[in-house]
Amino acid sequence: MELTGSQILLESLQKEGVDTVFGYPGGAVINIYDDLYDSSIEHILTRHEQGAVHAADGYARCTGKVGVIIATSGPGATNTVTGIATAYMDSIPMVIITGQVPTPLIGNDAFQEADMCGITRPCTKHNFLVKDVRDLARTIKEAFYIARTGRPGPVLIDLPKDVQVAKCKFKYPETVSLRGYKPTYSGNSRQIDKAAKMLLQARRPVLYVGGGINSSSSNAELIKLAEMTQSPVTTTLMAMSGFPQGHPLCLGMLGMHGTFYANMSVTDCDLLIAIGARFDDRVTGRIDSFAQKAKIIHIDIDPTTIKKNVAVDLPIVGDLKDVLGKLCDKLSEQAESLQKLVKNTAKWRETIDEWKQAHPMGYESSDTIIKPQFVIEKVRELTEDNAIISTEVGQHQMWTAQFFQFSQPRTFLTSGGLGTMGFGLPAALGAQVAFPDRQVIDISGDGSFQMNSQELATLVQYKLPVKIVILNNNYLGMVRQWQQMFFDRRYSQTVMELPIDFVKLAEAYGATGLQATEVADVEKVIKQALETPGPVLMEFKISSEENVLPMVPAGKGIHEMVLAS
Amino acid sequence: MKHTISVLVENEFGVLARVSGLFSGRGFNIESLSVAPSLEPNLSRITLVTRGDDRILEQINKQLNKLISTIKVIDFTGEEYVERELALIKVAAEAESRAEALRIVDIFRAKVVDVTPKSYTIEITGASAKIDGLIELLRPMGIKEIVRSGPVVMGRGAKGVAS
Repeated sequence: MELTGSQILLESLQKEGVDTVFGYPGGAVINIYDDLYDSSIEHILTRHEQGAVHAADGYARCTGKVGVIIATSGPGATNTVTGIATAYMDSIPMVIITGQVPTPLIGNDAFQEADMCGITRPCTKHNFLVKDVRDLARTIKEAFYIARTGRPGPVLIDLPKDVQVAKCKFKYPETVSLRGYKPTYSGNSRQIDKAAKMLLQARRPVLYVGGGINSSSSNAELIKLAEMTQSPVTTTLMAMSGFPQGHPLCLGMLGMHGTFYANMSVTDCDLLIAIGARFDDRVTGRIDSFAQKAKIIHIDIDPTTIKKNVAVDLPIVGDLKDVLGKLCDKLSEQAESLQKLVKNTAKWRETIDEWKQAHPMGYESSDTIIKPQFVIEKVRELTEDNAIISTEVGQHQMWTAQFFQFSQPRTFLTSGGLGTMGFGLPAALGAQVAFPDRQVIDISGDGSFQMNSQELATLVQYKLPVKIVILNNNYLGMVRQWQQMFFDRRYSQTVMELPIDFVKLAEAYGATGLQATEVADVEKVIKQALETPGPVLMEFKISSEENVLPMVPAGKGIHEMVLAS
Repeated sequence: MKHTISVLVENEFGVLARVSGLFSGRGFNIESLSVAPSLEPNLSRITLVTRGDDRILEQINKQLNKLISTIKVIDFTGEEYVERELALIKVAAEAESRAEALRIVDIFRAKVVDVTPKSYTIEITGASAKIDGLIELLRPMGIKEIVRSGPVVMGRGAKGVAS
């Protein structure tokens, strides 16, 4: 039987196991939406295409599945670009389907035409313009394959309106053959043997873990490696939920707002094993003083990340699950050497403990003003271990990374690489769609929240009980902090002068709004929010000039931190 | 250091933009670029000349390989290879300089492919350095226009580059 392009699209999505898509209709996708009307695929209508793409991203981050979004041509499609770039920087698997003007009109500056393949080329893993309906099923198969394999990432399919209407016989391909795309999964065993040898000879090892740990689901292998070698572990922003933050070997986050002891450990270590991390500038600080005493082993599935920013002594390309598994196997064959390693590194762990005692993570508590860190600690205390936390971008994001003790994989959704304000609320929305019964909380600032606050409507419409924490300091706090520290307190355009009534805003959308202005209200408000069905917005009036510390000033080495007093 | 790199890519929509966009987006330099179909009709061969230190060249190589449309990347630096570039040069040639122009053409084993009373259009193939040499000698006569193809290269020996 012959199917239309839009029918082929929906059939193919189902073949890929897609049961939920996020999107927003428009002229160039009206045929797809007509077929969706009868389809069993659930469609979540957001209030903005950027909301849809972040929601699909949040859905992908917490499930590991490919997030799918549909948007119309032109402005609908360009509205997805920030979200696509966000997913690309953080290696999140997504398939973005954009409508396009009919093929004969492409290039004519037609109504709602935008060259989406051109615009998204640098921020997608790959993209396709489908010009012939007979190519459509194969293209979808390839798009999903590319999105979810290797180093995952977003893939865009631009689908002209006439291709959606054209008909052909539908047969979904069973296999994919891409001559130019063959990721290396299996780590070279000789390199892994060398890594084992280097590790066994180390006196001051550190495991530096990035987002790859979650995308490869090798959290158990990491814990095994850390425990058998008693190696301290520091996690990047992307990996905060990748290793239990309460684990005795955990050093917390490293880098610009990392812990004193993580940054000192990396500076002083003699072996740094980078695991699914990419030596981002926010992690390394001044590159020529980063881990200067260390030999570096870099394990990653993407060869381009290796030796991009730092010289590496031993590169291993492969899937972390495979490489870490083999490394653990190799090490466990050498029980005696392992024992010796643990003995040899005991002094190192003592040194780190001394650092931990000298400068633990903390903040000046207060009985009179609500401290943002206190709110985050309370949220952690009152929520379940598997609660999913999203954030926007700024001070609240860093405080969440620093003070929310994540314990389970894929429970922290945050825009790490691109640093996208307005990510958290729609990401939480996507997570709640994926897990209707889990607690999902967006921790936000008053600035970021307003970038996608329209998605409150989506939460209410679909009865998604996301809880929103707004840490309101009436500032664009992170920029204000920089202005305070490096620009003589000249708060240029960072004062949010118009106070928003967030409680009323929530109520206008039909959600519940709560507010805490006193320290004593904090726990009460969080408890009440968690007990209230449906979406709840909690506004906390926090200390207005609180800073994120420690902080490594731009251009300094990560051991040159400004510490909390 | 100068590197000549061949890239075999799927001959499909937008592939050249992917390659050139990669260079501009990551701040790599392209000195020349030529593209045409290869032995396999669905593959194109791109020859490009770039400059950079070892770290940059390693990134260029890896980033090119990372493109889904890329089948193979060959950096000819340090290899034995044949290099050829084609150039057309329109040079002013009047009265006394006409004979001199022809002598130079002859020495370089170039060809005159178009003649007017006031000019010669000269065709030359060879390594890029040879073309540079011819241009330098013709320059005093007054060059009106130059078009160069950019070099294409092929490894020496019996073995072909299989995809």
